[in-house]
Amino acid sequence: MGWFSWGKKEKNQEAPAKEDLWTQCTACKAMLFKEEWHKKWKVCPVCGFHDKLAARERINLLVDPKSFYEFDARITISDPLKFTDDKGSYAEKAQQACDKTGLREAVVTGRGKLHGLRIVLAVMDFNFMGGSLGSGTGEKIFRATEFARKKRMPLIIASASGGARMHEGIVSLMQMAKTSAALARLHEAGIPFISLLTNPTTGGVSASYAMLGDLNIAEPGALVGFAGRRVIEQTIKQKLPDEFQTAEYVREHGFIDLVIPRKDLRDTLHKLIQYSMNTKVD
Amino acid sequence: MSFDFEKPLEDLETRIRELTALKESKPEVQTNIDKLSLRLEEECKAIYSRLTAWQTVQVARHPERPSLRDYIAGLFTDFIELHGDRCFGDDQAIIGGFATFEKHRVLIIGHQKGKSVEENIRFNFGMARPEGYRKALRLLRLAEKFHLPVISFIDTSGAFPGLDAEERGQAEAIARNLRDMSRIATPIVVLVTGEGGSGGALGIGVGDKILMLSNSVYSVISPEGCASILWRDGAKAPEAAEALKITAPALLKLKIIDEIIPEPVGGAHRNMDGVMKAVRKSLLKHLAELKGLSIKKLLDRRYEKFAKIGRF
Repeated sequence: MGWFSWGKKEKNQEAPAKEDLWTQCTACKAMLFKEEWHKKWKVCPVCGFHDKLAARERINLLVDPKSFYEFDARITISDPLKFTDDKGSYAEKAQQACDKTGLREAVVTGRGKLHGLRIVLAVMDFNFMGGSLGSGTGEKIFRATEFARKKRMPLIIASASGGARMHEGIVSLMQMAKTSAALARLHEAGIPFISLLTNPTTGGVSASYAMLGDLNIAEPGALVGFAGRRVIEQTIKQKLPDEFQTAEYVREHGFIDLVIPRKDLRDTLHKLIQYSMNTKVD
Repeated sequence: MSFDFEKPLEDLETRIRELTALKESKPEVQTNIDKLSLRLEEECKAIYSRLTAWQTVQVARHPERPSLRDYIAGLFTDFIELHGDRCFGDDQAIIGGFATFEKHRVLIIGHQKGKSVEENIRFNFGMARPEGYRKALRLLRLAEKFHLPVISFIDTSGAFPGLDAEERGQAEAIARNLRDMSRIATPIVVLVTGEGGSGGALGIGVGDKILMLSNSVYSVISPEGCASILWRDGAKAPEAAEALKITAPALLKLKIIDEIIPEPVGGAHRNMDGVMKAVRKSLLKHLAELKGLSIKKLLDRRYEKFAKIGRF
């Protein structure tokens, strides 16, 4: 079995075979041969656009084959507020998200090896309710961070999120404090934490763990910011530049160490972990 | 300023005022005044005991609601404001400094909202920029170094969503506060006095006790924001306010906060002295309890407090 899941059937079953073989770049609209595109980890060979990776895809990108052991796979959504809006209940939406992604929460956590180095990894999945940070998400990240501290293993969190999950109200807001508190202890224990910011990383996730890396690494073009573009434009009554809140823009303003293309991510992380665990390298 | 749901109160107040003006010439109206005053109090109690979530939001945002400066004047002596984040500037939306509370020397931080247009412009409506959060953290570190307990007053619609705030790292500033406040080695009491607006509130909201005034709110997103995203219609804010469970009783039930401080009948904006009395009593109790703990115990409990939040 390959590193990506072909299992997710296209919605439109009547689509001709051509549609299965080809895909279109979201950014430049170039027609791309799907298999090639997948081999490049969903990076457009024409314009370099980095499309979103599902959590499992990113795990396969980052860790050595068969080295990943998942933590807390059974943690899933509870509905603390019994939240309902005019389109239905949170419980139903959550179930749809589970069915759509094959996940039970917006993050997959576990341990694995990166070029032989032991790491703890948390990878968010934007396909699961916009990667929103809910109780289960927070708990999994909290536990992974605790595991990293206790086992003295470097922690990598790959974020992809619009922010806190509204449907869990204040409980989701508090996950920002909870995950950050765990990172405080990790930091005091001298264990490295690398935050990988992928498209998009905004709101409550950027305002908690995603910005707390010893090293903050982003993928090219990733949207990284706190408030949404529309809200800012309405507040300050002016149009924002196109490059506003891109990874490169945020690096220029001093909040991201490196912008690394996906093809170099694994090797770069390997080097950085070696520097960060200098006395500990096997 | 008053709200639709306060209309009956307003009518009673007007009639009492009118009768009071007549008192000189017709002393017999006093009985009527007394009757109406009693009815006013009962109506007040009735209306305020069944506020909807959305009505509570309006009370929490009332322009005459006590602001940070009222609490400073009403509860503390000898406030010495300290300025600046030692990095960029001195945000006026979050202020702080040393103060004396009864027999305790403490450090206060808090969001500052204005009561007039000029003030609101100066304080940016209590919406802080990164330098505000960084100033708060700087002061928290001072409090730790000088062994001063901290009282943090929360009243903001949210962190400022502006170009400059983004460029100077709004997200990073809040994130760092969340991380570092969890380890600041001195007692921290957090009090939500008005609006607890999302990350902008939480950015100075990590502590050992989280208290809320009875008509304050605390939410992950404003009801209007939530309504415009999930209902695709900002006018559905009352529905969103209900669904988000943002009132003090709802948050106590969810075990997010430790205590509700009761406001006087008719809300804090009607009786400043009453609010001060209630807040003083609560703060004294919590400070005494927290000061009795060893720092290790204090920080372990703080960690545990946040660690256990969530259902999954």
